[in-house]
Amino acid sequence: MRHEIILLVLILILLVFEIFTKTEQKKSLIYLALGLFAIHTITGFFQTTDGQLFGGSFRTNPLIHFFKNVLNVGVLIILLQSTDWLRDKVAHLNKIPEFFILLFSSLIGMYFMISSGDFLMFYIGLELSTLPLVALVAYNSADIKGTEAAVKLIMTAALASAISLFGMTMLYATGGSLFFNMISYQLQVSPLAIMGLVFFFSGVAFKISLAPFHFWTADVYEGAPIGITSYLSVISKGAAIFILTTILFKVLPVLSDYWKYIVWGVAVLTMFIGNLFALRQQNMKRFLAFSSIAQAGFILMGVINGDAFGATSIIYFVMIYIFSNLGAFGVVQAISSATGKENMDDYVGLYRTNPKLSLVMLMALFSLAGIPPVAGFFGKFFLYTAAAEKGYYLLVFLAVVNVTISLYYYLLPVRAMFLRKSDDAIPYFKSNWPMRLGLLLAVAGIFVIGLYSPIYNYIVELSKLL
Amino acid sequence: MDILTLLVVVPVLTVIALLFTKDLKQSRFITMIGSIVQLGMAINLLFAYFRERAVNASIMLFTRDLTWFESLNIHYSIGVDGISVALIILTSVVVLAGVFISWKIDDLPKEFFVTLVILSAGVYGVFISVDLFTLFVFYEIAVIPMYLLIGIWGSGPREYAAMKLTLMLMGASALLLIGILGIYFNSNADGGALTFNILEIGKVNIPIEAQKLFFPFTFIGFAVIGAFFPFHTWSPDGHASAPTAVSMLHAGVLMKLGGYGVFRVAMFLLPEGAKHWSNFFLVLAVIGVVYGAFAAIKQTDLKYINAYSSVSHLGMVLVALLMMNKTAWNGAILQSLSHGFMTALFFALIGMIYGRTHTRDATKMGGLLKTLPFISMIYVIAGLASLGLPGMSGFVAEMNIFAGAFQHPDLFHRIISILTVSAIVVTAVYILRVVGMMLMGPITDSHFEHLPKDTWYERAGIYLLMIPIVGIGMLPLWLSNMIMSSLDPFIQRLL
Repeated sequence: MRHEIILLVLILILLVFEIFTKTEQKKSLIYLALGLFAIHTITGFFQTTDGQLFGGSFRTNPLIHFFKNVLNVGVLIILLQSTDWLRDKVAHLNKIPEFFILLFSSLIGMYFMISSGDFLMFYIGLELSTLPLVALVAYNSADIKGTEAAVKLIMTAALASAISLFGMTMLYATGGSLFFNMISYQLQVSPLAIMGLVFFFSGVAFKISLAPFHFWTADVYEGAPIGITSYLSVISKGAAIFILTTILFKVLPVLSDYWKYIVWGVAVLTMFIGNLFALRQQNMKRFLAFSSIAQAGFILMGVINGDAFGATSIIYFVMIYIFSNLGAFGVVQAISSATGKENMDDYVGLYRTNPKLSLVMLMALFSLAGIPPVAGFFGKFFLYTAAAEKGYYLLVFLAVVNVTISLYYYLLPVRAMFLRKSDDAIPYFKSNWPMRLGLLLAVAGIFVIGLYSPIYNYIVELSKLL
Repeated sequence: MDILTLLVVVPVLTVIALLFTKDLKQSRFITMIGSIVQLGMAINLLFAYFRERAVNASIMLFTRDLTWFESLNIHYSIGVDGISVALIILTSVVVLAGVFISWKIDDLPKEFFVTLVILSAGVYGVFISVDLFTLFVFYEIAVIPMYLLIGIWGSGPREYAAMKLTLMLMGASALLLIGILGIYFNSNADGGALTFNILEIGKVNIPIEAQKLFFPFTFIGFAVIGAFFPFHTWSPDGHASAPTAVSMLHAGVLMKLGGYGVFRVAMFLLPEGAKHWSNFFLVLAVIGVVYGAFAAIKQTDLKYINAYSSVSHLGMVLVALLMMNKTAWNGAILQSLSHGFMTALFFALIGMIYGRTHTRDATKMGGLLKTLPFISMIYVIAGLASLGLPGMSGFVAEMNIFAGAFQHPDLFHRIISILTVSAIVVTAVYILRVVGMMLMGPITDSHFEHLPKDTWYERAGIYLLMIPIVGIGMLPLWLSNMIMSSLDPFIQRLL
């Protein structure tokens, strides 16, 4: 509960400062919020006790604790990368503290979702994590695209949560309880339970943007401010995958014969759709949106494993994915806040003017594509291993076909930045220290998590607690 | 630190040193020092290997094993036998020669050398790996820099060639990954733990059905980089667009990973699969041999000629490996070495000629022997080595291959053998045709009368590559013995 309480206190502090700070000094609140959140992230790493609250609705253990820390680090990087944007583009709108308050509220929702011990808490977490995001997507209310994106997001999110709620009621009807461990004892295979599974899965699939529930993704990612896009694509997705894994592995193992079929089909569909649509994207945000759809398809290879090893490979990959994607989004953010350019064509010749940014992008894209020695390779390799362990060689085959397709489009920005020359390349610029720190953290993560195996071993130990 | 890990550490240190360099002079100097150290270590390794082999009869020497990912039994596990030692020496020679040939690279020199050295680190890593996972990591590290090397410093349709090469090779390595996972999950067939260690899997009898299923994945996964027909199409385009040193390194070293992997991983670990599939892949490999040779006849671009000739020569390596006997295997390894030195020399010479005449079209050149006597003479010698003249390395290698191939009395293998031999004749045609057209005769273009003389660094590169070609040709026995003695585990497992 410590994570939740500290974050709540943070929100309250920010509210107080919001009231008592003069309008022209609100910019300094950016650094206050950053500092407070950094402290929160660091305190998160201290040991806590396991336990349950509210009769088992809320539970925590070292694995959940660890995953919250991962999310915290991700959010910290996002905040670091967003400061330039906040200072230059949002400050005059006079709504800086609100950005942090909304973002932190959404994060608390994620915490509750991860920690949930029953469907009620899960649903509260789901809603709490989504609604502030809608406001954040439309943060720049003068921007029509952002507003459109927000409307799309709230429509699909409402639909998704309604659908998964419907599924939950069916599971309640057959399982006889809302509590996860009661359901796992009492649930029998029945048509109604399978229906419940399908609806529940579909609802969560919206959140993770699995095909065929991915249609909102590209538009929302494109319209939202980049910081929020990265939040949607890594934090929101990561938390939803974590809870989906928990529920499928621990609550619905009785139905595993059925959900493995679903996961198999959805994984293949998601990989192909994500990859094939990513091929022709010009806007970097849309490009990364489809890439993140495809990545979710890969993660399902770990889900289909159904055992502790699957959980390990999922958590390990999500962690790597957070750092890799934030590396890529960070560069997009840096370039966008310095020049306002977001298209791949604008990146032509970038290496010759901004070598460091290009190298960060290169590392992030290689990690997403799964090329060693960066971490993405290890993450993907263990996902394949997880699927192959249970004999899903055909799925692995389709996945490696997709990796080859994805390599093509991951190399397109590399081609633009490194291979091509341009006279009107983006001129050299220097980002602020928070942005550079954010990128540094992302790159450090990309390298360390893969090569330094104790991290993996630690996750192996934790996954037994799932 | 042990002498094998140093082979990977020195390139890494070179890369780090390169990051602090400012201009071409500094970066090429650092790279040269690094490569010379590397060559010295490789030669030292050779002598150390002989000393150790005299007292130690285990399959791999200088082994070292560190646990990496414990729960999956992934180790950083290294060791060498005679085959890997020979290929490590090949790599270090070609890399150093490549550095000399790139002496005047003008665009982004620091980045060029960094990428080149990373590539070489990957190749060394593959040759020292005993663990499939480690091997696969190094293999991919060796392949991906090619995209940047061809894409940034290449010529012609470089973007297309770089993308095609990368996608085909990475696609192949994706298939390889399935093969590796298949091997891994069957490595407990005899009741042991799951393992990626090649030596331990080499003792396991993997179920025959699994072997039959996973052999094609593993074989094709490696063979594509060895220009295996019909997956060879990346090679001519890639070589033609690549800068000189990259062509050298690629044809000279990187393509050898194909034959090496096929032998060490696919055939050694899946012997029943190899027997089951050998005839099928033999047919494809021999098509590559003959087709490559004939395609080379038709080309006029020097680099394309050499690229197709590589398809043909490396097809011979695969044919020899699939012939499944000791003599042919020995020939296959010798051919890998011989072709490595020879084709690197060829590409170096082509680079020098192109740098002076600004054309690679053999039909547009003539009489170069008069204006570029040294380079032209070496070109003739390299050509003779390529067509298997006795006294050169190519002869020793091809002799072994054919001697091994003809040990099979049955009709199918006879036909394959005869077709393979016939490619030698075709090789003579395309080599001599180019020599006649380009080097002999009158000078066709007045520009060619005053071409710059060869420089010291070019000669250094040439001599580096010439010495082993002649050395293997004249004194093949010690090398052959070293390889032969390392073939015993393969013989026990496969024959």
